[in-house]
Amino acid sequence: MSARGSTATAGRNWTVGLRTWVQGLVPSGQALPDRQPVYVASWIYVFGVLSLASFVVVLASGLVLTVGGSLWWHTSSLGHFVNSMHLWSVELFFATMVIHLWGKFWMAAWRGERALTWVTGVLLFVSSIGTAFTGYLSESDFTSQWIAAEGKDGINAIGVGAFFNILNPAQMLLWHVALLPLAVGALVVWHVILVRRHGVVPPLEASAPEPARVGE
Amino acid sequence: MTPGLVVLAGRYLDWGVISISVTNAAIIAAMVVVFVLALVAPFPHDRDDDGERRP
Repeated sequence: MSARGSTATAGRNWTVGLRTWVQGLVPSGQALPDRQPVYVASWIYVFGVLSLASFVVVLASGLVLTVGGSLWWHTSSLGHFVNSMHLWSVELFFATMVIHLWGKFWMAAWRGERALTWVTGVLLFVSSIGTAFTGYLSESDFTSQWIAAEGKDGINAIGVGAFFNILNPAQMLLWHVALLPLAVGALVVWHVILVRRHGVVPPLEASAPEPARVGE
Repeated sequence: MTPGLVVLAGRYLDWGVISISVTNAAIIAAMVVVFVLALVAPFPHDRDDDGERRP
């Protein structure tokens, strides 16, 4: 095939199309920037990445628990340690995510065509609650039995009990270790891409027509 | 419920329909403190950051 022929077919190539799409997701140089606007120099801006770091620990400790199984995490000292690491990384994940949410709410972070970033964050919050709930149902102890028995009427009341049976530990475990982590992981990737695509939202006063303050 | 079981269940704060354990209330209070600190605490930065180096 001639060089001209390969160029002519390149536009209809799925690989080229995918490459073009991936390259267009984030503006050039914004995927992993090493410089940020001056207003980002505040502790309130670190809670998003703290949530991300906690999520990585949640995933890693969860993978180890998956290998060991419930007998291991209930009876061995290392299993107790990894189990505790999973719990406390989840606690940190939610605490940092909620502080991130408070910060973004009070700076109206949906401004500047960032509505979808806000919406993916809301979906992340809701799906994370569902993932944590199925985690409590997967502890394989009296706590998970009690939570399942107490929660079943609420789940039935919202009309999803027929296909989301919290009294079925095997179903809840699979939702917890497969379906929901995939959903949360995909939403995290989408959320981070949107943040890098539109940039970090400026403070409210930065949108005002007044000139920037001197000395910052 | 016996008094012993009440102790095991933890202490709760009640305001009308709102009932929250002291532990959960303390965690939420700590999160509010961290939030306020994040707003007011100075953020460390290099002297180079004061210059205009953005592309």
